[in-house]
Amino acid sequence: MIEIDKISKRYGQTTVIDAVSLAIPRGGVVGIVGPNGAGKSTLLSIMSRLTKTDAGRVSIDGLDVTKAPGRELARRLSVMRQENHVAARLTVQDLVAFGRFPHNRGRPTREDTEQVATAISFVGLEAMADRFLDQLSGGQRQRAFVAMTLAQDADYALFDEPLNNLDIHHAVSMMRLFRRMGDQPGKTVVIVLHDLNVAAAYADRIIVMQDGRMVGDGPPANVINRRLLSEVFRVEGDVIDIDGRRVVSVAR
Amino acid sequence: MPPDRARAIRRVTMIVTLLAVLSALAFMTVGVRGSWGFVLAHRGIRLAALVTVAYAIALSTVLFQTLTGNRILTPAVMGFDALFILLQTALVTTLGATATGALDPRLLFAAECLVMVGLSGLLFRLLFRGEGGNLPLVVLSGLLFGALFRSLSSFLQRIMDPNDFLVLQGRAFASFNVVDPTLIGVAALLALAATAIVLPRLSALDVLVLGRDRATGLGIDTTQLSATIFALVAVLVSASTTLVGPTTFFGLLVANLAYLMVPSARHADVLPVAIGLAVVTLVGGQMLLERVLGFGTALSIVIDFVGGVVFLFILFRTGRR
Repeated sequence: MIEIDKISKRYGQTTVIDAVSLAIPRGGVVGIVGPNGAGKSTLLSIMSRLTKTDAGRVSIDGLDVTKAPGRELARRLSVMRQENHVAARLTVQDLVAFGRFPHNRGRPTREDTEQVATAISFVGLEAMADRFLDQLSGGQRQRAFVAMTLAQDADYALFDEPLNNLDIHHAVSMMRLFRRMGDQPGKTVVIVLHDLNVAAAYADRIIVMQDGRMVGDGPPANVINRRLLSEVFRVEGDVIDIDGRRVVSVAR
Repeated sequence: MPPDRARAIRRVTMIVTLLAVLSALAFMTVGVRGSWGFVLAHRGIRLAALVTVAYAIALSTVLFQTLTGNRILTPAVMGFDALFILLQTALVTTLGATATGALDPRLLFAAECLVMVGLSGLLFRLLFRGEGGNLPLVVLSGLLFGALFRSLSSFLQRIMDPNDFLVLQGRAFASFNVVDPTLIGVAALLALAATAIVLPRLSALDVLVLGRDRATGLGIDTTQLSATIFALVAVLVSASTTLVGPTTFFGLLVANLAYLMVPSARHADVLPVAIGLAVVTLVGGQMLLERVLGFGTALSIVIDFVGGVVFLFILFRTGRR
Protein backbone atom coordinates (compact mmCIF):
# COMPACT_ATOMS: atom_id res chain seq x y z
CA MET A 1 0.00 0.00 0.00
CA ILE A 2 1.19 3.48 -0.86
CA GLU A 3 0.09 5.89 1.86
CA ILE A 4 0.26 9.62 1.23
CA ASP A 5 -0.38 11.69 4.31
CA LYS A 6 -1.09 15.41 3.88
CA ILE A 7 1.81 16.24 1.59
CA SER A 8 2.39 19.81 0.43
CA LYS A 9 4.91 21.32 -1.94
CA ARG A 10 5.59 24.97 -2.70
CA TYR A 11 7.91 26.54 -5.25
CA GLY A 12 8.36 30.11 -4.01
CA GLN A 13 4.87 31.57 -3.67
CA THR A 14 3.13 28.94 -5.76
CA THR A 15 1.61 25.96 -4.02
CA VAL A 16 1.96 22.98 -6.33
CA ILE A 17 0.62 20.32 -3.97
CA ASP A 18 -1.79 21.37 -1.25
CA ALA A 19 -2.25 18.89 1.60
CA VAL A 20 -3.01 15.83 -0.51
CA SER A 21 -3.80 12.58 1.30
CA LEU A 22 -4.30 9.37 -0.60
CA ALA A 23 -4.02 5.62 -0.18
CA ILE A 24 -3.28 3.30 -3.06
CA PRO A 25 -3.70 -0.35 -2.08
CA ARG A 26 -1.95 -3.17 -3.93
CA GLY A 27 -3.26 -4.31 -7.27
CA GLY A 28 -4.73 -2.78 -10.38
CA VAL A 29 -4.16 0.26 -12.55
CA VAL A 30 -4.57 3.77 -11.14
CA GLY A 31 -4.73 6.74 -13.49
CA ILE A 32 -3.96 10.29 -12.39
CA VAL A 33 -5.54 12.95 -14.60
CA GLY A 34 -5.88 16.71 -14.47
CA PRO A 35 -5.17 19.85 -16.47
CA ASN A 36 -1.61 21.08 -17.08
CA GLY A 37 0.02 22.39 -13.93
CA ALA A 38 -2.35 20.57 -11.61
CA GLY A 39 0.54 18.94 -9.75
CA LYS A 40 0.25 15.41 -11.17
CA SER A 41 3.93 15.02 -12.00
CA THR A 42 5.01 16.59 -8.72
CA LEU A 43 2.77 14.19 -6.82
CA LEU A 44 4.34 11.23 -8.64
CA SER A 45 7.77 12.65 -8.08
CA ILE A 46 7.19 12.99 -4.33
CA MET A 47 5.72 9.49 -4.14
CA SER A 48 8.93 8.15 -5.69
CA ARG A 49 11.22 10.25 -3.38
CA LEU A 50 12.68 12.22 -6.32
CA THR A 51 11.28 15.47 -4.92
CA LYS A 52 11.21 16.40 -1.26
CA THR A 53 7.96 17.48 0.35
CA ASP A 54 7.58 20.61 2.44
CA ALA A 55 5.11 18.84 4.70
CA GLY A 56 3.55 15.40 5.14
CA ARG A 57 4.95 11.96 4.51
CA VAL A 58 4.75 9.13 1.99
CA SER A 59 5.21 5.48 2.88
CA ILE A 60 5.39 2.37 0.73
CA ASP A 61 4.28 -0.80 2.54
CA GLY A 62 5.03 1.05 5.78
CA LEU A 63 8.51 2.27 4.70
CA ASP A 64 8.94 6.04 4.83
CA VAL A 65 10.30 6.96 1.38
CA THR A 66 12.62 9.63 2.74
CA LYS A 67 14.17 7.36 5.39
CA ALA A 68 14.14 3.77 4.09
CA PRO A 69 17.28 2.45 2.36
CA GLY A 70 17.29 3.21 -1.37
CA ARG A 71 17.78 -0.39 -2.38
CA GLU A 72 14.79 -1.61 -0.35
CA LEU A 73 12.60 1.00 -1.97
CA ALA A 74 13.92 0.31 -5.47
CA ARG A 75 12.76 -3.27 -5.21
CA ARG A 76 9.30 -2.17 -4.16
CA LEU A 77 8.81 0.89 -6.33
CA SER A 78 9.93 1.86 -9.81
CA VAL A 79 9.40 5.16 -11.54
CA MET A 80 9.63 6.39 -15.10
CA ARG A 81 9.63 10.14 -15.60
CA GLN A 82 8.96 12.15 -18.73
CA GLU A 83 12.37 13.14 -19.98
CA ASN A 84 14.28 10.32 -21.61
CA HIS A 85 17.65 11.72 -22.47
CA VAL A 86 20.84 9.94 -21.48
CA ALA A 87 24.29 11.45 -21.95
CA ALA A 88 26.13 8.16 -22.37
CA ARG A 89 25.94 5.91 -25.41
CA LEU A 90 23.96 2.92 -24.19
CA THR A 91 22.32 0.10 -26.11
CA VAL A 92 18.75 -0.94 -25.37
CA GLN A 93 20.19 -4.04 -23.73
CA ASP A 94 22.49 -1.95 -21.48
CA LEU A 95 19.64 0.32 -20.45
CA VAL A 96 17.18 -2.44 -19.64
CA ALA A 97 19.88 -4.31 -17.70
CA PHE A 98 20.09 -1.33 -15.31
CA GLY A 99 16.56 -2.26 -14.21
CA ARG A 100 18.08 -5.31 -12.49
CA PHE A 101 20.53 -3.19 -10.48
CA PRO A 102 18.46 -3.12 -7.27
CA HIS A 103 18.47 -6.92 -7.34
CA ASN A 104 22.03 -7.71 -8.39
CA ARG A 105 24.09 -4.57 -7.57
CA GLY A 106 25.74 -4.70 -10.99
CA ARG A 107 26.58 -8.42 -11.03
CA PRO A 108 24.06 -9.95 -13.44
CA THR A 109 23.14 -13.61 -13.02
CA ARG A 110 21.63 -15.86 -15.68
CA GLU A 111 18.19 -15.10 -14.24
CA ASP A 112 18.80 -11.37 -14.66
CA THR A 113 19.77 -11.85 -18.30
CA GLU A 114 16.55 -13.76 -18.89
CA GLN A 115 14.43 -11.11 -17.18
CA VAL A 116 16.07 -8.43 -19.35
CA ALA A 117 15.35 -10.39 -22.53
CA THR A 118 11.72 -10.91 -21.45
CA ALA A 119 11.29 -7.21 -20.71
CA ILE A 120 12.70 -6.25 -24.11
CA SER A 121 10.39 -8.63 -25.94
CA PHE A 122 7.41 -7.38 -23.88
CA VAL A 123 7.81 -3.94 -25.47
CA GLY A 124 8.62 -5.41 -28.89
CA LEU A 125 12.20 -4.23 -29.20
CA GLU A 126 13.92 -7.63 -29.67
CA ALA A 127 15.27 -6.59 -33.05
CA MET A 128 16.73 -3.41 -31.60
CA ALA A 129 18.33 -4.88 -28.47
CA ASP A 130 21.88 -4.09 -29.59
CA ARG A 131 21.09 -0.68 -31.07
CA PHE A 132 22.26 2.46 -29.32
CA LEU A 133 19.54 4.64 -27.79
CA ASP A 134 20.45 7.60 -29.99
CA GLN A 135 19.74 5.46 -33.05
CA LEU A 136 16.13 4.89 -31.98
CA SER A 137 13.02 6.95 -32.66
CA GLY A 138 11.42 8.82 -29.76
CA GLY A 139 8.75 6.16 -29.38
CA GLN A 140 11.21 3.29 -29.43
CA ARG A 141 13.35 5.00 -26.81
CA GLN A 142 10.24 5.49 -24.68
CA ARG A 143 9.51 1.77 -24.90
CA ALA A 144 13.10 0.97 -23.98
CA PHE A 145 12.68 2.95 -20.75
CA VAL A 146 9.42 1.15 -20.04
CA ALA A 147 11.29 -2.14 -20.53
CA MET A 148 13.83 -1.02 -17.94
CA THR A 149 10.99 -0.43 -15.48
CA LEU A 150 9.59 -3.88 -16.30
CA ALA A 151 12.98 -5.46 -15.63
CA GLN A 152 13.07 -3.74 -12.26
CA ASP A 153 10.01 -5.85 -11.39
CA ALA A 154 8.85 -3.64 -8.52
CA ASP A 155 5.51 -4.07 -6.76
CA TYR A 156 4.51 -0.50 -7.54
CA ALA A 157 5.36 0.93 -10.95
CA LEU A 158 4.84 4.67 -11.45
CA PHE A 159 4.78 6.22 -14.93
CA ASP A 160 4.66 9.90 -15.79
CA GLU A 161 2.91 10.38 -19.13
CA PRO A 162 4.34 7.24 -20.71
CA LEU A 163 2.32 7.72 -23.88
CA ASN A 164 4.17 10.84 -25.02
CA ASN A 165 5.84 10.27 -28.40
CA LEU A 166 3.78 7.17 -29.10
CA ASP A 167 1.50 6.70 -32.09
CA ILE A 168 -1.95 5.25 -31.47
CA HIS A 169 -0.86 1.70 -32.16
CA HIS A 170 2.01 1.81 -29.67
CA ALA A 171 -0.05 3.81 -27.17
CA VAL A 172 -2.68 1.09 -27.15
CA SER A 173 -0.16 -1.73 -26.87
CA MET A 174 1.58 0.18 -24.06
CA MET A 175 -1.68 0.56 -22.16
CA ARG A 176 -2.44 -3.13 -22.67
CA LEU A 177 0.99 -3.86 -21.26
CA PHE A 178 0.27 -1.72 -18.18
CA ARG A 179 -3.09 -3.46 -17.83
CA ARG A 180 -1.34 -6.86 -17.88
CA MET A 181 1.18 -5.61 -15.31
CA GLY A 182 -1.61 -4.36 -13.05
CA ASP A 183 -3.47 -7.68 -13.36
CA GLN A 184 -0.54 -9.69 -12.02
CA PRO A 185 -0.99 -10.62 -8.36
CA GLY A 186 0.40 -8.00 -6.00
CA LYS A 187 1.47 -5.56 -8.75
CA THR A 188 0.21 -2.00 -8.92
CA VAL A 189 0.58 0.46 -11.79
CA VAL A 190 0.12 4.21 -11.27
CA ILE A 191 0.08 6.30 -14.45
CA VAL A 192 -0.17 10.04 -15.03
CA LEU A 193 -2.28 10.35 -18.16
CA HIS A 194 -3.39 13.14 -20.45
CA ASP A 195 -6.05 11.41 -22.43
CA LEU A 196 -9.29 10.93 -20.49
CA ASN A 197 -10.47 8.26 -22.92
CA VAL A 198 -7.34 6.22 -22.33
CA ALA A 199 -7.75 6.64 -18.58
CA ALA A 200 -11.40 5.61 -18.76
CA ALA A 201 -10.60 2.56 -20.88
CA TYR A 202 -7.72 1.08 -18.90
CA ALA A 203 -7.73 2.34 -15.31
CA ASP A 204 -9.58 0.73 -12.42
CA ARG A 205 -9.46 3.92 -10.46
CA ILE A 206 -9.02 7.52 -11.54
CA ILE A 207 -7.64 10.30 -9.37
CA VAL A 208 -8.34 13.85 -10.54
CA MET A 209 -5.96 16.66 -9.62
CA GLN A 210 -6.65 20.38 -9.94
CA ASP A 211 -4.55 23.27 -8.61
CA GLY A 212 -2.57 20.96 -6.34
CA ARG A 213 -5.65 19.38 -4.76
CA MET A 214 -7.35 16.07 -5.27
CA VAL A 215 -10.83 16.85 -6.61
CA GLY A 216 -11.99 13.44 -7.72
CA ASP A 217 -11.31 9.81 -6.90
CA GLY A 218 -13.11 6.64 -7.95
CA PRO A 219 -13.82 4.19 -10.76
CA PRO A 220 -14.05 5.77 -14.25
CA ALA A 221 -17.85 5.49 -14.30
CA ASN A 222 -18.11 7.73 -11.23
CA VAL A 223 -15.40 10.21 -12.10
CA ILE A 224 -15.61 10.85 -15.83
CA ASN A 225 -18.65 13.03 -16.42
CA ARG A 226 -19.70 16.36 -17.91
CA ARG A 227 -18.99 18.18 -14.68
CA LEU A 228 -15.37 16.97 -14.76
CA LEU A 229 -15.02 18.34 -18.29
CA SER A 230 -16.48 21.74 -17.54
CA GLU A 231 -15.19 22.34 -14.01
CA VAL A 232 -11.76 20.77 -14.12
CA PHE A 233 -10.72 20.84 -17.76
CA ARG A 234 -12.85 23.87 -18.73
CA VAL A 235 -14.16 22.45 -21.98
CA GLU A 236 -17.72 21.70 -23.00
CA GLY A 237 -18.45 18.21 -24.18
CA ASP A 238 -20.37 15.00 -23.78
CA VAL A 239 -19.61 11.79 -21.99
CA ILE A 240 -21.12 8.82 -23.78
CA ASP A 241 -21.40 5.21 -22.70
CA ILE A 242 -20.16 2.72 -25.30
CA ASP A 243 -20.34 -0.93 -24.18
CA GLY A 244 -20.31 0.21 -20.56
CA ARG A 245 -17.19 2.30 -21.08
CA ARG A 246 -17.01 6.07 -20.70
CA VAL A 247 -16.04 7.96 -23.85
CA VAL A 248 -15.42 11.69 -23.90
CA SER A 249 -16.37 13.75 -26.89
CA VAL A 250 -15.33 17.36 -26.68
CA ALA A 251 -17.41 20.05 -28.37
CA ARG A 252 -15.72 21.87 -31.25
CA MET B 1 26.89 -8.00 -24.07
CA PRO B 2 27.36 -9.48 -27.56
CA PRO B 3 30.73 -11.23 -27.94
CA ASP B 4 32.00 -9.00 -30.78
CA ARG B 5 31.47 -5.93 -28.61
CA ALA B 6 33.31 -7.54 -25.70
CA ARG B 7 36.12 -8.42 -28.10
CA ALA B 8 36.26 -4.85 -29.42
CA ILE B 9 36.57 -3.50 -25.88
CA ARG B 10 39.35 -5.98 -25.10
CA ARG B 11 41.20 -5.06 -28.28
CA VAL B 12 41.06 -1.31 -27.60
CA THR B 13 42.21 -1.82 -24.01
CA MET B 14 45.13 -4.02 -25.13
CA ILE B 15 46.28 -1.62 -27.86
CA VAL B 16 46.17 1.37 -25.53
CA THR B 17 47.99 -0.52 -22.76
CA LEU B 18 50.67 -1.62 -25.23
CA LEU B 19 51.10 1.95 -26.49
CA ALA B 20 51.36 3.22 -22.93
CA VAL B 21 54.08 0.69 -22.08
CA LEU B 22 55.93 1.51 -25.31
CA SER B 23 55.81 5.26 -24.56
CA ALA B 24 57.18 4.62 -21.09
CA LEU B 25 60.00 2.47 -22.49
CA ALA B 26 60.82 5.04 -25.15
CA PHE B 27 60.73 7.82 -22.57
CA MET B 28 63.32 5.96 -20.49
CA THR B 29 65.67 4.87 -23.28
CA VAL B 30 65.56 7.12 -26.36
CA GLY B 31 68.61 9.35 -26.80
CA VAL B 32 70.53 8.31 -23.69
CA ARG B 33 74.07 9.63 -23.59
CA GLY B 34 76.61 9.15 -20.83
CA SER B 35 75.93 7.31 -17.61
CA TRP B 36 72.89 5.03 -17.88
CA GLY B 37 72.56 4.85 -14.14
CA PHE B 38 72.17 8.59 -13.76
CA VAL B 39 69.86 8.99 -16.76
CA LEU B 40 67.57 6.16 -15.73
CA ALA B 41 67.26 7.45 -12.17
CA HIS B 42 66.62 11.01 -13.39
CA ARG B 43 64.09 9.98 -16.01
CA GLY B 44 62.50 7.40 -13.73
CA ILE B 45 61.46 10.12 -11.29
CA ARG B 46 59.94 12.19 -14.07
CA LEU B 47 58.22 9.14 -15.54
CA ALA B 48 56.69 8.32 -12.16
CA ALA B 49 55.42 11.87 -11.88
CA LEU B 50 53.97 11.94 -15.38
CA VAL B 51 52.25 8.57 -14.96
CA THR B 52 50.78 9.66 -11.61
CA VAL B 53 49.51 12.86 -13.19
CA ALA B 54 48.07 11.05 -16.21
CA TYR B 55 46.33 8.61 -13.89
CA ALA B 56 44.94 11.29 -11.58
CA ILE B 57 43.69 13.51 -14.38
CA ALA B 58 42.06 10.75 -16.42
CA LEU B 59 40.35 9.30 -13.35
CA SER B 60 39.21 12.65 -11.98
CA THR B 61 37.89 13.84 -15.33
CA VAL B 62 35.82 10.74 -16.07
CA LEU B 63 34.43 10.71 -12.51
CA PHE B 64 33.61 14.39 -12.66
CA GLN B 65 31.83 14.00 -15.98
CA THR B 66 29.75 11.11 -14.68
CA LEU B 67 28.85 13.18 -11.64
CA THR B 68 27.76 16.20 -13.66
CA GLY B 69 26.19 14.17 -16.48
CA ASN B 70 27.99 15.89 -19.32
CA ARG B 71 31.10 15.54 -21.41
CA ILE B 72 32.21 19.13 -21.75
CA LEU B 73 33.00 20.07 -18.19
CA THR B 74 36.14 18.86 -16.50
CA PRO B 75 37.59 19.85 -13.14
CA ALA B 76 40.21 21.85 -15.05
CA VAL B 77 37.68 23.66 -17.24
CA MET B 78 35.78 24.52 -14.06
CA GLY B 79 38.93 26.14 -12.70
CA PHE B 80 39.65 23.65 -9.91
CA ASP B 81 43.38 23.55 -10.62
CA ALA B 82 43.48 27.34 -10.77
CA LEU B 83 41.81 27.27 -7.36
CA PHE B 84 44.59 25.03 -6.07
CA ILE B 85 47.26 27.42 -7.35
CA LEU B 86 45.42 30.33 -5.76
CA LEU B 87 45.32 28.41 -2.51
CA GLN B 88 49.09 27.90 -2.58
CA THR B 89 49.72 31.52 -3.49
CA ALA B 90 47.45 32.79 -0.75
CA LEU B 91 49.19 30.52 1.74
CA VAL B 92 52.67 31.80 0.93
CA THR B 93 51.41 35.39 0.90
CA THR B 94 49.78 35.20 4.32
CA LEU B 95 52.26 32.98 6.15
CA GLY B 96 55.40 34.23 4.42
CA ALA B 97 58.11 32.17 2.77
CA THR B 98 60.02 31.28 5.92
CA ALA B 99 56.99 29.87 7.66
CA THR B 100 55.85 27.82 4.68
CA GLY B 101 59.41 26.68 4.02
CA ALA B 102 59.74 25.42 7.58
CA LEU B 103 56.67 23.21 7.31
CA ASP B 104 56.88 19.65 6.00
CA PRO B 105 55.76 19.89 2.36
CA ARG B 106 53.73 16.70 2.78
CA LEU B 107 51.87 18.09 5.75
CA LEU B 108 51.27 21.30 3.86
CA PHE B 109 50.00 19.38 0.87
CA ALA B 110 47.62 17.38 3.02
CA ALA B 111 46.22 20.58 4.49
CA GLU B 112 45.88 22.09 1.03
CA CYS B 113 44.03 19.00 -0.16
CA LEU B 114 41.54 19.30 2.68
CA VAL B 115 40.87 22.97 2.00
CA MET B 116 40.57 22.10 -1.68
CA VAL B 117 37.85 19.50 -0.96
CA GLY B 118 35.90 22.09 1.02
CA LEU B 119 36.29 24.98 -1.40
CA SER B 120 35.63 23.05 -4.58
CA GLY B 121 32.63 21.45 -2.90
CA LEU B 122 31.32 24.93 -2.21
CA LEU B 123 31.95 26.00 -5.80
CA PHE B 124 30.26 22.86 -7.08
CA ARG B 125 27.23 23.41 -4.89
CA LEU B 126 27.01 27.00 -6.08
CA LEU B 127 27.06 26.04 -9.75
CA PHE B 128 24.97 22.88 -9.71
CA ARG B 129 22.26 23.80 -7.26
CA GLY B 130 18.71 23.26 -8.34
CA GLU B 131 17.56 20.37 -10.46
CA GLY B 132 20.07 19.38 -13.10
CA GLY B 133 21.62 22.79 -13.53
CA ASN B 134 21.82 24.94 -16.61
CA LEU B 135 24.76 23.61 -18.62
CA PRO B 136 25.72 26.70 -20.68
CA LEU B 137 25.55 28.80 -17.52
CA VAL B 138 27.73 26.32 -15.66
CA VAL B 139 30.30 26.20 -18.47
CA LEU B 140 30.50 29.98 -18.63
CA SER B 141 30.70 30.50 -14.89
CA GLY B 142 33.29 27.73 -14.64
CA LEU B 143 35.50 29.43 -17.21
CA LEU B 144 34.95 32.76 -15.46
CA PHE B 145 35.83 31.33 -12.06
CA GLY B 146 38.98 29.83 -13.59
CA ALA B 147 39.96 33.23 -14.98
CA LEU B 148 39.16 34.87 -11.65
CA PHE B 149 41.32 32.42 -9.69
CA ARG B 150 44.20 32.81 -12.14
CA SER B 151 43.99 36.61 -12.04
CA LEU B 152 43.82 36.64 -8.25
CA SER B 153 46.89 34.38 -8.09
CA SER B 154 48.86 36.57 -10.45
CA PHE B 155 47.74 39.69 -8.58
CA LEU B 156 48.98 38.23 -5.29
CA GLN B 157 52.21 37.19 -6.99
CA ARG B 158 52.77 40.74 -8.21
CA ILE B 159 52.41 42.35 -4.83
CA MET B 160 54.17 39.72 -2.76
CA ASP B 161 57.67 39.90 -1.33
CA PRO B 162 60.24 38.80 -3.97
CA ASN B 163 61.68 36.20 -1.59
CA ASP B 164 58.25 34.73 -1.01
CA PHE B 165 57.74 34.72 -4.75
CA LEU B 166 60.86 32.61 -5.26
CA VAL B 167 59.60 30.04 -2.76
CA LEU B 168 56.22 30.01 -4.43
CA GLN B 169 57.81 29.61 -7.83
CA GLY B 170 59.56 26.47 -6.69
CA ARG B 171 56.32 25.16 -5.27
CA ALA B 172 53.56 26.17 -7.62
CA PHE B 173 55.01 26.63 -11.06
CA ALA B 174 55.69 23.03 -11.86
CA SER B 175 55.03 21.95 -15.44
CA PHE B 176 55.39 18.86 -17.56
CA ASN B 177 59.04 19.85 -18.07
CA VAL B 178 59.84 20.68 -14.48
CA VAL B 179 58.11 18.30 -12.11
CA ASP B 180 58.32 18.73 -8.40
CA PRO B 181 59.81 15.45 -7.11
CA THR B 182 59.16 15.88 -3.37
CA LEU B 183 55.50 14.98 -3.54
CA ILE B 184 55.44 12.19 -6.14
CA GLY B 185 55.14 9.53 -3.46
CA VAL B 186 52.30 11.27 -1.66
CA ALA B 187 50.44 12.00 -4.90
CA ALA B 188 50.78 8.42 -6.12
CA LEU B 189 49.57 7.15 -2.76
CA LEU B 190 46.55 9.45 -2.92
CA ALA B 191 45.74 8.27 -6.44
CA LEU B 192 45.90 4.65 -5.28
CA ALA B 193 43.74 5.37 -2.25
CA ALA B 194 41.21 7.09 -4.50
CA THR B 195 41.19 4.03 -6.73
CA ALA B 196 40.55 1.77 -3.75
CA ILE B 197 37.53 3.89 -2.85
CA VAL B 198 36.23 4.09 -6.42
CA LEU B 199 36.53 0.40 -7.33
CA PRO B 200 33.63 -0.94 -5.22
CA ARG B 201 31.48 1.94 -6.50
CA LEU B 202 32.06 1.40 -10.22
CA SER B 203 28.71 -0.26 -10.95
CA ALA B 204 26.85 2.39 -8.95
CA LEU B 205 28.66 5.01 -11.05
CA ASP B 206 27.49 3.19 -14.18
CA VAL B 207 23.92 3.70 -12.98
CA LEU B 208 24.59 7.35 -12.19
CA VAL B 209 25.20 7.87 -15.92
CA LEU B 210 21.42 7.54 -16.34
CA GLY B 211 20.99 10.75 -14.38
CA ARG B 212 20.40 11.51 -10.73
CA ASP B 213 16.66 10.76 -10.70
CA ARG B 214 16.89 7.41 -12.43
CA ALA B 215 19.81 6.40 -10.24
CA THR B 216 17.74 7.29 -7.17
CA GLY B 217 14.86 5.28 -8.60
CA LEU B 218 17.22 2.31 -8.93
CA GLY B 219 18.11 2.53 -5.26
CA ILE B 220 21.33 4.52 -5.24
CA ASP B 221 21.95 7.08 -2.53
CA THR B 222 23.01 9.72 -5.05
CA THR B 223 23.71 12.43 -2.49
CA GLN B 224 26.19 10.29 -0.61
CA LEU B 225 27.77 8.84 -3.75
CA SER B 226 28.18 12.30 -5.31
CA ALA B 227 29.76 13.72 -2.17
CA THR B 228 32.25 10.85 -1.92
CA ILE B 229 33.23 10.97 -5.58
CA PHE B 230 33.42 14.73 -5.52
CA ALA B 231 35.87 14.73 -2.63
CA LEU B 232 37.99 12.19 -4.52
CA VAL B 233 38.00 14.41 -7.60
CA ALA B 234 39.17 17.38 -5.55
CA VAL B 235 42.00 15.32 -4.02
CA LEU B 236 43.06 13.93 -7.42
CA VAL B 237 43.10 17.42 -8.93
CA SER B 238 45.24 18.66 -6.04
CA ALA B 239 47.65 15.76 -6.54
CA SER B 240 48.10 16.36 -10.26
CA THR B 241 48.28 20.14 -9.94
CA THR B 242 50.95 20.02 -7.27
CA LEU B 243 53.11 17.85 -9.53
CA VAL B 244 52.77 19.57 -12.92
CA GLY B 245 50.59 22.65 -12.50
CA PRO B 246 47.32 23.37 -14.28
CA THR B 247 46.33 21.44 -17.41
CA THR B 248 43.29 23.07 -18.90
CA PHE B 249 42.16 20.72 -21.66
CA PHE B 250 44.19 17.58 -21.09
CA GLY B 251 41.53 15.66 -19.15
CA LEU B 252 38.82 16.65 -21.58
CA LEU B 253 40.89 15.33 -24.47
CA VAL B 254 41.67 11.90 -23.05
CA ALA B 255 38.23 11.32 -21.53
CA ASN B 256 36.41 12.09 -24.76
CA LEU B 257 38.84 10.03 -26.82
CA ALA B 258 38.16 7.13 -24.46
CA TYR B 259 34.37 7.50 -24.79
CA LEU B 260 34.84 7.54 -28.54
CA MET B 261 37.05 4.45 -28.67
CA VAL B 262 35.30 2.21 -26.14
CA PRO B 263 31.93 0.86 -27.32
CA SER B 264 30.60 0.65 -23.76
CA ALA B 265 29.49 3.08 -21.07
CA ARG B 266 30.72 0.92 -18.17
CA HIS B 267 33.32 2.65 -16.04
CA ALA B 268 35.22 -0.61 -15.75
CA ASP B 269 35.70 -0.48 -19.54
CA VAL B 270 36.18 3.27 -20.03
CA LEU B 271 38.51 4.13 -17.14
CA PRO B 272 41.46 1.86 -18.06
CA VAL B 273 41.43 3.20 -21.63
CA ALA B 274 41.19 6.80 -20.48
CA ILE B 275 44.13 6.28 -18.11
CA GLY B 276 46.13 4.48 -20.80
CA LEU B 277 45.46 7.27 -23.30
CA ALA B 278 46.51 9.85 -20.73
CA VAL B 279 49.82 8.04 -20.20
CA VAL B 280 50.39 7.74 -23.97
CA THR B 281 49.63 11.43 -24.53
CA LEU B 282 51.69 12.71 -21.63
CA VAL B 283 54.68 10.36 -21.59
CA GLY B 284 54.75 9.70 -25.34
CA GLY B 285 54.15 13.35 -26.16
CA GLN B 286 56.86 14.53 -23.80
CA MET B 287 59.30 11.99 -25.26
CA LEU B 288 58.53 13.07 -28.84
CA LEU B 289 58.88 16.76 -28.04
CA GLU B 290 62.10 16.39 -26.06
CA ARG B 291 63.95 13.74 -28.02
CA VAL B 292 62.59 13.83 -31.55
CA LEU B 293 61.51 17.44 -32.08
CA GLY B 294 64.25 18.87 -29.85
CA PHE B 295 62.19 20.74 -27.22
CA GLY B 296 60.59 23.06 -29.77
CA THR B 297 57.47 23.74 -27.71
CA ALA B 298 56.12 22.93 -24.31
CA LEU B 299 53.85 19.88 -24.35
CA SER B 300 51.18 21.72 -22.40
CA ILE B 301 50.78 24.17 -25.27
CA VAL B 302 50.28 21.37 -27.79
CA ILE B 303 47.85 19.52 -25.54
CA ASP B 304 45.89 22.66 -24.76
CA PHE B 305 45.71 23.52 -28.44
CA VAL B 306 44.41 20.11 -29.51
CA GLY B 307 42.24 19.82 -26.39
CA GLY B 308 40.84 23.31 -26.96
CA VAL B 309 39.83 22.40 -30.49
CA VAL B 310 38.15 19.23 -29.23
CA PHE B 311 36.40 21.27 -26.52
CA LEU B 312 34.97 23.69 -29.08
CA PHE B 313 33.96 20.81 -31.32
CA ILE B 314 32.04 19.03 -28.55
CA LEU B 315 30.52 22.28 -27.36
CA PHE B 316 29.15 23.07 -30.81
CA ARG B 317 27.91 19.54 -31.37
CA THR B 318 26.11 19.49 -28.02
CA GLY B 319 24.69 22.93 -28.66
CA ARG B 320 23.11 21.84 -31.92
CA ARG B 321 21.27 18.92 -30.38
